[in-house]
Amino acid sequence: MKRAFKMPGFSIGFIMAFTFVAAALVSFFWTPYTVDGVDIVNKLHSPDATNWFGTDHLGRDIFSMIMVGARTSIAVAIVAVGIGVLLGVPLGLAAAARKGSLLDEFIMRGNDLIFAFPALLIAILITAVFGPSAINAIIAIGIFNIPVFARLSRGGALSLWTRDFVLAARVSGKSRIRISFEHILPNITNLLIVQGTIQFSLGILAEAALSYIGLGAQPPIPSWGRMLADSQTMVSFAPHLALFPGLAIVLTVLGLNLMGDALRDLFDPKLRRDRQ
Amino acid sequence: MLIFTLKRLLSLGLSLIAASVAIFFVVEIIPGDPARLMLGINATQDAVDALRTQMGLDQGLLARYWLWASGLLQGDFGISYTYRVPVSEMVQGRVWVSLPLALYALLLSTAIAFPIGIIAAAKRGSWADWLVMGGTQLGVAIPNFWFAMLMVSILAIKYGLFSAGGFPGWDDPLAALKALTLPAFVLALPQASILARVMRSSLLDTLSEDFMRTARAKGRTARGAMVHHALRNAMIPVLTIIGLQFSFLLAGAIIIEKIFFLPGLGSMIFTAITQRDLIVVESVVMLLVFAVILVTFLVDITYALVDPRLRRRA
Repeated sequence: MKRAFKMPGFSIGFIMAFTFVAAALVSFFWTPYTVDGVDIVNKLHSPDATNWFGTDHLGRDIFSMIMVGARTSIAVAIVAVGIGVLLGVPLGLAAAARKGSLLDEFIMRGNDLIFAFPALLIAILITAVFGPSAINAIIAIGIFNIPVFARLSRGGALSLWTRDFVLAARVSGKSRIRISFEHILPNITNLLIVQGTIQFSLGILAEAALSYIGLGAQPPIPSWGRMLADSQTMVSFAPHLALFPGLAIVLTVLGLNLMGDALRDLFDPKLRRDRQ
Repeated sequence: MLIFTLKRLLSLGLSLIAASVAIFFVVEIIPGDPARLMLGINATQDAVDALRTQMGLDQGLLARYWLWASGLLQGDFGISYTYRVPVSEMVQGRVWVSLPLALYALLLSTAIAFPIGIIAAAKRGSWADWLVMGGTQLGVAIPNFWFAMLMVSILAIKYGLFSAGGFPGWDDPLAALKALTLPAFVLALPQASILARVMRSSLLDTLSEDFMRTARAKGRTARGAMVHHALRNAMIPVLTIIGLQFSFLLAGAIIIEKIFFLPGLGSMIFTAITQRDLIVVESVVMLLVFAVILVTFLVDITYALVDPRLRRRA
């Protein structure tokens, strides 16, 4: 961790992304204004000292809404990554432990199938069937994360299975399942952390897109994507409505990507050597 | 090559079957009776039953799947619950907005990514490289629908350079292309960023290969070695990404169409969702998945043409 912070990319990215995580956490206790109070008299104020980011068409404070909206984005993305890790990693490990078996074939072909569906189409299909909500957005994004993590852990595990320390563990009589969890998993955590950061940022983008088209979190839960959708008809005379939620998305995603890139360099000595 | 193609065709067929089964059963688990929905709550039970028979809803799940899937193969996508016209007719007009938009975006993405990726790799560590890496990092992080909103309010509304939305139809191809230019550009931007980065890193890998040193030792100029030796070898990962991007562009077009009020498959899907017109959702999703699987197949074949080693491995 200390080494990571020595990399400028990681530090800058961490500050960007952590600002929004902190904003989301603080919003549980405090926001400058309440976000569910309609105050028509103060609608569409430009940014000033009282409303730092201005107000929207219902007079709500944009700064407060971005803080609360951060909760939705971050929660959806984290749970979606969680689904991908919890289901994808065991599947990938199982496929690698029994390489070439029917199970391996079945898991990999299933993965191909999910990859063939663009994530957005899965989301549309799910919301068409179950109705739009934050939960369904999580499921839609999470399903797409499963093959990503399954493939990654299978690939990482396959190269480890040929190593001597795994052979030693097999000779000592450990089962394939135990080896997978005790020896393989700890050795692919770096890969998983890097990919997790990237999927996290993709999750933020996907959540924003889904709520922008009305298939994500439903009112009155604030979300960055829907703030953008609401602002669309007013952007020509109240550009601040579109500017701040958009910047929030860009900065969070950029921060996470910078962190991911820095971690990848850190964990992969070959890349590091190339850089120097 | 023939065996390779046949194997790929077989996997294409299997993917299509699996995808159609998945889509059909996801949509089928929804409660509610489409016949009742079409006729309204005041319809007599007899009328509903008659319509159910006509639509084939009184048959078993497997029989209905067969009816739908075999219909798809013959270009019969069923009849819209809301509009009572064949879905294939509704799709026909709209495909010619969505498909050209995705292809246009793919073209732009490649046209942007190739030169800047090559420059970044050739001038590694220079300010140009830093600019490309920084710019593409930003390009990946910007949600394209937000970028679209900004572009519309600046380029279209403030300066009137592009149309803010709408589609004049293909009777006037130039006007149609003009209407698609801004949406295609917006759609292409994040993909171009990804592609440029892949192009750069793939080229850097190739440039460090021994054969590149040999080419230079034989007296090739840096530019000559790049064009004749490095580019072709760096193309494989780039081709993969281009193939994958088509599916993102097709799906991404759904959102961009909404912003620019383009009458494509995207707006059709949204209307169908709000009207619970599931046969339309089902068929359009299947059509898009088919397009994606077909492109994957074509990319695989192109691969094998570019790299003979892949033919043998399969």
